[in-house]
Amino acid sequence: MAKPGLDGHDRGAKIIARALRDGGFEVIYTGLHQTPEMIVEAAVQEDVDAVGLSILSGAHMTLFPEVIRLLKEKGAGDVAVFGGGIIPDEDSAKLKTLGVSEVFTPGASTEDIVKWVREKVQPRQ
Amino acid sequence: MAVTTKQEWLERTYQRSKERPVRFSTLSDLEVEPLYTPEDVTGDYGTALGYPGEFPYTRGVYESMYRGRLWTMRQFAGFGLAEDTNARFHFLLGQGQDGLSTAFDMPTLMGYDADHERAMGEVGREGVNVTSIHDMARLFDRIPIGKVSTSMTINCSASALLAMYLVQAERTGVPWEQVSGTIQNDMLKEFIAQKEWICPPAPSLRIVTDMVEFCAKKAPRFHPVSISGYHIREAGSTAVQELAFTIADGLCYVQDAVDRGRDVDDFAPRLSFFWDLHSDFLEEVAKLRAGRRMWARLMRDRFGAKNPKSLMLRTHAQTAGVSLTAQQPINNVVRVAVQALAGVFGGVQSMHTNSMDETLALPTEQAVMVALRTQQIIAEETGLTNTIDALGGSYAVEALTDRMERDALEYIRKIDEMGGMLKAIDTGYPQREIAEAAFLYQRQLEQGIKTVVGVNKYQVPEEITIEVLKIDPVIEERQIQRVRKMKRERNSVAVREALRLVAEACRSGENLMEPICEAVRRDVTVGEISDVYRAEFGVYKDPGWI
Repeated sequence: MAKPGLDGHDRGAKIIARALRDGGFEVIYTGLHQTPEMIVEAAVQEDVDAVGLSILSGAHMTLFPEVIRLLKEKGAGDVAVFGGGIIPDEDSAKLKTLGVSEVFTPGASTEDIVKWVREKVQPRQ
Repeated sequence: MAVTTKQEWLERTYQRSKERPVRFSTLSDLEVEPLYTPEDVTGDYGTALGYPGEFPYTRGVYESMYRGRLWTMRQFAGFGLAEDTNARFHFLLGQGQDGLSTAFDMPTLMGYDADHERAMGEVGREGVNVTSIHDMARLFDRIPIGKVSTSMTINCSASALLAMYLVQAERTGVPWEQVSGTIQNDMLKEFIAQKEWICPPAPSLRIVTDMVEFCAKKAPRFHPVSISGYHIREAGSTAVQELAFTIADGLCYVQDAVDRGRDVDDFAPRLSFFWDLHSDFLEEVAKLRAGRRMWARLMRDRFGAKNPKSLMLRTHAQTAGVSLTAQQPINNVVRVAVQALAGVFGGVQSMHTNSMDETLALPTEQAVMVALRTQQIIAEETGLTNTIDALGGSYAVEALTDRMERDALEYIRKIDEMGGMLKAIDTGYPQREIAEAAFLYQRQLEQGIKTVVGVNKYQVPEEITIEVLKIDPVIEERQIQRVRKMKRERNSVAVREALRLVAEACRSGENLMEPICEAVRRDVTVGEISDVYRAEFGVYKDPGWI
């Protein structure tokens, strides 16, 4: 679970991290104010199966694709990337064509998100 | 036979009728009784309530309250380039708003210039970008700083922005003594909740106290800190936690200035507060009333404050952003109206009402207008401003006020035991309490114990059809070019010398504000001043507690 960008709205990221942990997943939370480089480095080092990005500052169109590009560059292009935050529908559609697996918006329940991760994220080989 | 006690009434009633199978509790999950009676209200009138304008100010800080003067309607605004926000300011003033409130973008809030790589994608997006004094001049173009009071929501880089505002006043011929307004500058709640910081808590507190001292001497009409519960609540705290942690933050600021040898009555009259207004109406009214009583008593008993103004908790309030829904967004107008009513019954001094579209983006002009009109309707159509503290004496409100005060004082006792708020923050105590409360609320929502209309009940299939404000990505590029040009053209020797003096003040303990004012006169930027803090005080890293 990662918080890219400069905004400090970590309520959602922490709730999702905790719900996933309660759901039996091993969760690493990066803390706030991460650059795409920091997130990808942590993902590679910890050998994660998925990266969840939480952002509420509006910079998702810049930061999400950058995380995906850097993952590919580090040979970790098969790590699933999903995200959540204040993300308009048209941006969400665009992000999906750029390789983001799923985008959750306000009102999504922790249950739905845990279920999605359980069903859609494949452990890396 | 008629019942004579509450207990008899409860027994009789519950023999005859059943209640709906729901949890009767406040939004913050305090259990609520079915009925309050004189038996639930303790304390005599003079001690617990007093008249408006009299200690302990439970019924209001001013004698005549809204009959004397309405609250200030102050809508928070900021986006894009300084010119864009300046246009919105003129629009709001033209609509009858009486004060300004500035929202800055994330780079400005975090102390990065527009041309810094960490600003990428964020310039002008969540608020207005102000990198140098030139942006401040554009932001307040044709606005009389000596007449309109301005609030600036900024914290870890507040020292630079306050300096720019004062220098802008000076350059438009307004003496600092006439400048009125508020800068949020509440760093403790940043570590607890909003999470915008540069350096660790102790040097952050030092910068805040420098500003408190500086304003007391040089800009006495300016409020140097707005002690904020808003962000604590928005991060998921309960109403009691909001009350407790905010008052505890206030005590920490006062203690720090007193420890420097300042007389409490020299600076305390300029401290102000900022509360959240959530949807549980009575809980919010009780919170605002309890807060005034707690602050008055603590300031008198702990610090020996004598000036009545030091004892008065004067406050701004904003409706709860977190309560707004992306689903069926027009419903938000109703939520905001109810929350604003709580602010009025709670006796606030100024208020921002959120716009219905704010879960989706920054508000459009039309949505802002509805939000402002909501305040105007309450003020001028409903008759609610005719009577001061109209809910005072309500058994339910007084019982809830007492309860919240009691629970909040218990938190403050724990924080005192830890050695004060700075120590409590280091151990992550308030942060964990809030995360726990946020998680519990989310659980209750998902289990249907708590309801949010349109989200977990009464949903409809829908596509969002309201218009939202879009920020043109060209804005970022324009601002970056402008900042780069300014940096090429300024006197770099003067800039280096000014920065050296700021760094020296960081080390010597001399008040930082004079050297920072001089630096911004020489076109030193927000990012450059923040870089001095980073170098001198170190950078705080989020411990990432879940």
